[in-house]
Amino acid sequence: MAVNSVMNKKVRVSDNILLCLIYLSAIVAVGLLVGIICYVFYRGIGNLSLSFLVTEQSPTKGVMGIAGNIVNTLYIVILTLIVVTPIGVGGAIYLNEYAKPGRLVSIIEFTIEVLTGIPSIIFGLFGSVFFGQTLGLGYSMLTGSFTLTIMVLPLIAKNTQEALRTVPQSYRSGALGIGATKWYMIRTILLPSAMPGILTGIILAIGRIVGESAALLFTSGSGFYLPTPGFGLVRKLFESGGTLTIEMYLQMSKGEYDVAFSIACVLLILVLGLNFLTKVIANKFNVEKTK
Amino acid sequence: MTEKKMFSIKGSRKEKALVEHVAEVIFTVCAFFAVLAVISITAYMFINGTPALFQVGITDILFGTVWKPAAAEPSFGILYIILTSIVGTAAAVVIGAPIGILTAVFIEEIASPRLAAIVKPAVELLAGIPSVIYGLLGIYLLNPLMYKVELAIFRDSTTHRFTGGANLISAIIVLAIMILPTVINVSVSALHAVPRNQKMASLAMGASPIQTIFKVLIPHAKSGIISAVVLGTGRAIGEAMAITLVSGSSVNFPLPFNAVRFLTTAIVAEMGYASGLHRQVLFTIGLVLFVFIMCINITLTRILKGGEEN
Repeated sequence: MAVNSVMNKKVRVSDNILLCLIYLSAIVAVGLLVGIICYVFYRGIGNLSLSFLVTEQSPTKGVMGIAGNIVNTLYIVILTLIVVTPIGVGGAIYLNEYAKPGRLVSIIEFTIEVLTGIPSIIFGLFGSVFFGQTLGLGYSMLTGSFTLTIMVLPLIAKNTQEALRTVPQSYRSGALGIGATKWYMIRTILLPSAMPGILTGIILAIGRIVGESAALLFTSGSGFYLPTPGFGLVRKLFESGGTLTIEMYLQMSKGEYDVAFSIACVLLILVLGLNFLTKVIANKFNVEKTK
Repeated sequence: MTEKKMFSIKGSRKEKALVEHVAEVIFTVCAFFAVLAVISITAYMFINGTPALFQVGITDILFGTVWKPAAAEPSFGILYIILTSIVGTAAAVVIGAPIGILTAVFIEEIASPRLAAIVKPAVELLAGIPSVIYGLLGIYLLNPLMYKVELAIFRDSTTHRFTGGANLISAIIVLAIMILPTVINVSVSALHAVPRNQKMASLAMGASPIQTIFKVLIPHAKSGIISAVVLGTGRAIGEAMAITLVSGSSVNFPLPFNAVRFLTTAIVAEMGYASGLHRQVLFTIGLVLFVFIMCINITLTRILKGGEEN
C-alpha cells in the first residue's frame, strides 16, 4: 500500500508530547494568573464598602478603615513624581539630544540598567540609612518618596528616551534651521511630540509605586492616621505613614485576612485601572513602552 | 535705549547663550543622577555591610550555621540563609522558566491571533500585580494545603518540627508563579524578533511546526530567552514581601519541609527590632544579596551585548 506516499502524514509522537506540554504550560500559567485575580476579587469584594475606604483606622475605637493609607499612598505617589519626572526626563534629554555616543553614554545607560535590576529591599535598606539616618529624615513620607525616586527613575528615563527616539530627525533640523535655539527646540518641538511616551512612563511609575512594599517598610514606616488639615498637611511630609501595600502586609501578618483581601481588591483595581490607562494612551498615540 | 537693545538680535545672544548653557548643564546633572545613585548605593551597602564581617569574623559569619542573634551569646552564621536563597531561587527558576518559555511559545506560535491578543495583554498586566498579593494568597491558600501534606508525611516522625505549612516548598511555588510574567513577556519579544523567513525556510524543508519551534525558533531566540531566565532569577532572588510570611520564621537548612529564611526575608523580618551588631549583620546579609544581584546584572549585560553582536 501507499506507505511511502507524501499524502500519508507521519505522526511524530515527540511532536505530540511537546505540543501537549506547550498547551499544558499555557493553561497552567494563564490559569494560575487569572485565578489569582479572580480569587482576590471573589474573596475581597464582599467586605469592601464606602465606609471602609473613607474611615480612618482607629485601634482604640476598634474601627477599621483605610482612608489614612489611601492619603499616604497619594502623598508618596505625588512626591515621588514631582522629584523623579524632571530628573528622568532631563536625563533622557541629555542622553538623546546632547551627549555624543561613547563611553560616557554607555556608562550612564549601564547604571540605569543596574538600577532596574536592584531589588526593592536593597533600595529600602539604602533609603533608611541614607535619607533616614544620614539626612536625618527618619521614618517619613519624604524618606519613602526619595527612596522610590531612585527606584522608578529608570522607568521614566527609558520611556522618555524611547519616545524621543521616535521623534523624526527632520523636526529637529527644521526647528534649528529656522533659527530656534536648542533649548527652544526641545521645549516647543521635542517635548510635546514625546509627551505620550513620557506619560506612559509616569503611569508605569505610579503602578510600581502603588504596588511597592519592601522599599517602603523601613523608609516611610507604617502610620495610618489622616493628616490634620492646614499645617498638618506639610507636617505630614516628615511623619511616617504606611501605603496601602504596607497596611495590607501588616494586616496579613496579624492574620486579619478579611481586611487584607479587601485592601488587595483596592490595589488590584488601581493597578488594573492604571494598566488600562497606558493601553489607552498607547493605542491613541502609538507609543512603544519600555518596562 | 535699553528696550531697543533687548529686541536686537545681537543683544539677546548673550542671554540666549546663557540659557542654552544652563539648560545643558541641568540636563547633564540629571543624567548623572543615575550614576550617582548607583555609586552611593554601592558605597552605602559596603560601608554598612562590612563592619560586621570583621567584627564577627568573615568565616564565622559566611560559613557559620547557627543563627541566634538575640541570645546572650549571639551567633551570626548566615550560611543556611545564603543556601536557602540559592536553593529556593534555583528551584523556582527550574519550575517557572520552562512553563514561562513554553507559554511564550504558545502565545507567539500556537495560539490563534485572536487568542494571543487576549492572553498577551493579560500576562503583561499580571507583571504589575503587587508582590504582597502573591504573598497573601500564598499564606491563605498554599500554607494550609502544605500543612496537610506535611501532616500526612511526617505523621509518625518525632524529630520533625511542624511549620504549619510555612516552608521552603511554599516559598518556591510562590516565587515560581511570580517570575512567570517576567519570563513570558521577555521570551515573547525574543521569539517575536526571529525573522519570519527562518520559520518559512524550516517549514518548507519539511520540518513539522513543532520541530521548527524547537530546532529553529528557540535556538535563534536563545540570547533573548536566556536573558528572560536571568531576569526571572533576579526577580526571584530579590523578592521579599511575598515570601516573608510564606516561608516560615526560623533559620534552617533548606530542606523542602523546613521553615526557612531567605536573604531578603531575614532582613524584612528582623530589621524592625534589630539593633547593634544584629542590625549590622542584617546589612551584611543585604550586602551578600547585593553582590548576587550585581553578578546577575553583569551576566545579563554580557548576554544582551553578545546578542547584539550576533
